[in-house]
Amino acid sequence: MVKNVIEVRNLSKSFDITSKEPGLKGTIKHFFRRKTKSSKVIKDISFEIKEGEIVGFLGANGAGKTTILKMLCGLIYPSEGSILVAGNLPFRRKENFLKNITLIMGQKQQLIWDLPPIESFYLNASIYDIDKLEAKRRIKKLSDMLEIDNEIFIPVRKLSLGQRMKSELLAALIHEPNILFLDEPTLGLDVNAQRNLRKFLQKYNKETNATICLTSHYMKDITSLCKRVICVHKGSISYDGKLDILLKRLSPVKEISIVCHSKKDAIKLGKSGFSVKNQTNNEITIIIENNLFTSSLKAILNKFDIKDLYINEPPIDEIIGKILIKKKYDI
Amino acid sequence: MNPRKYLKVYAKFLHTSLASELEYKTNIFIDLITAILSLIGSIFLLSIFFQNSLNIGGWKFEEALIIQGIYTILNGITNTWFNPNLTEIVKHIREGTLDFVLLKPIDSQFFISSKKINPSGFLEIILGLCLLILCIRINQINLNLSFLTLSFITIICSICILYSLWFFISTTTIWFVKTWNATEVLRSFLYIGRFPLNSFSFSLRIFFSVFIPIAFITTIPSEVFLGLSQLWKISLEVIVAIVFLTTSRKFWLFALKFYTSASS
Repeated sequence: MVKNVIEVRNLSKSFDITSKEPGLKGTIKHFFRRKTKSSKVIKDISFEIKEGEIVGFLGANGAGKTTILKMLCGLIYPSEGSILVAGNLPFRRKENFLKNITLIMGQKQQLIWDLPPIESFYLNASIYDIDKLEAKRRIKKLSDMLEIDNEIFIPVRKLSLGQRMKSELLAALIHEPNILFLDEPTLGLDVNAQRNLRKFLQKYNKETNATICLTSHYMKDITSLCKRVICVHKGSISYDGKLDILLKRLSPVKEISIVCHSKKDAIKLGKSGFSVKNQTNNEITIIIENNLFTSSLKAILNKFDIKDLYINEPPIDEIIGKILIKKKYDI
Repeated sequence: MNPRKYLKVYAKFLHTSLASELEYKTNIFIDLITAILSLIGSIFLLSIFFQNSLNIGGWKFEEALIIQGIYTILNGITNTWFNPNLTEIVKHIREGTLDFVLLKPIDSQFFISSKKINPSGFLEIILGLCLLILCIRINQINLNLSFLTLSFITIICSICILYSLWFFISTTTIWFVKTWNATEVLRSFLYIGRFPLNSFSFSLRIFFSVFIPIAFITTIPSEVFLGLSQLWKISLEVIVAIVFLTTSRKFWLFALKFYTSASS
């Protein structure tokens, strides 16, 4: 049986947030007397993550995804509840725990700006107590996997965003951690760079059986990497389970556009019991439930002589958009 | 704590920050000129004070130059180590990059206090040392073992007090987020350290001894140089240095519990 690497029980976090009225009067009032309000950003959440799993955290901006990740890696103290990561209380930040995890943030960087990434790699290697030969071997292995060779010898400030992100990944993985926390790792990258990064993460997960917790606003990251998602809505978990089940639940039907040989055929097809969305001349669009899709399609192909056929799936972004605004999903 | 690992990491810090700084040659050149002009300006200012009087607060011009020498060394140390690192804490906290520091298996205080180095501060240290050597000749100071030991101890204590004050203020960034002004206030107080403590009024002397221990930073080491210091003063400086170091350490660990990281 695969063991749990992360166990979270009844976790809550509150922050003191100041608010300010607009205008000069508001600014002066804010300077002398600040209005502070305690806000519960994470509300009583519980979940477990197994070794080797890739879990995506989905949620709108400000839903609390990054706060959860930061509590999991020990950067923020929880207000209530408990967290165990690889058997450790993260906020104690013990050396063994820190050597086992890594955090990668798409919008923040740890590489030394004026120097080539290789210098940052060796600096990190010395911090993680890795000897020079071993560090060299790991840099070679990871740079091969990430497909960066010459770039690691060019000053960071001269690298493209994609090359920089790859170098960030290498710097963050030089100690071969078993648990990866990735906060929007593909932010701002072009389509090819995003794909390469995803390919790398899949490979890393396969080769090392590392557990990966990921947040991203690019749905392709989630759909191609994560079998399981945890949806966060205003600090609470609205769904925790398999992504494909959620997608089926939220998108229970498919649309088929059929081009018939004549208008007569199209009308005939429309009257054969399918739910018709629209019909123009010899073209007809029908809606079929997912569980009846194969049998219905077979029936159409057997009964009617059709010219062409298109299957339209609703865009994934649209479906995920629905997830972000709903409070609870019972599936 | 593994001292070998920390030495190795510090060697890497030195290497990377020197390499970073050397990328900008003109900047280093300007810093070097600033250091020389600043020392000349300070000596000129001191000489103006002594124009109408042979001694101020019991200090002759040649003796006051020792304080200037020690101040220049300490200012050099501040510019070489404290300034680039401790002002960086403010940036780390504002931008949330302290996350990376806290997730490294190394002491976070060591990391943020020693990661960077500004090589142009070395010139100030060298200039200060030259001025001290000159003062030793002018004042005909006898260089014996006890003198060297006491000077070394008091200067080390001064560095510790200075570091702790700097670090203490930088730590408050965790709550107040922006504390550039506070470090600037401290810097202007340190300018006062260029002058003998006795030249100030009694109330200011108390203020600079108790609240902001400028007196301990420059005057006591200078008194040691002139053989004027009493043992109780040196012992007090050692105690103050230990108290400041431990307090700043505890304060840092306490403050980290309130670190909320920057939003993404």
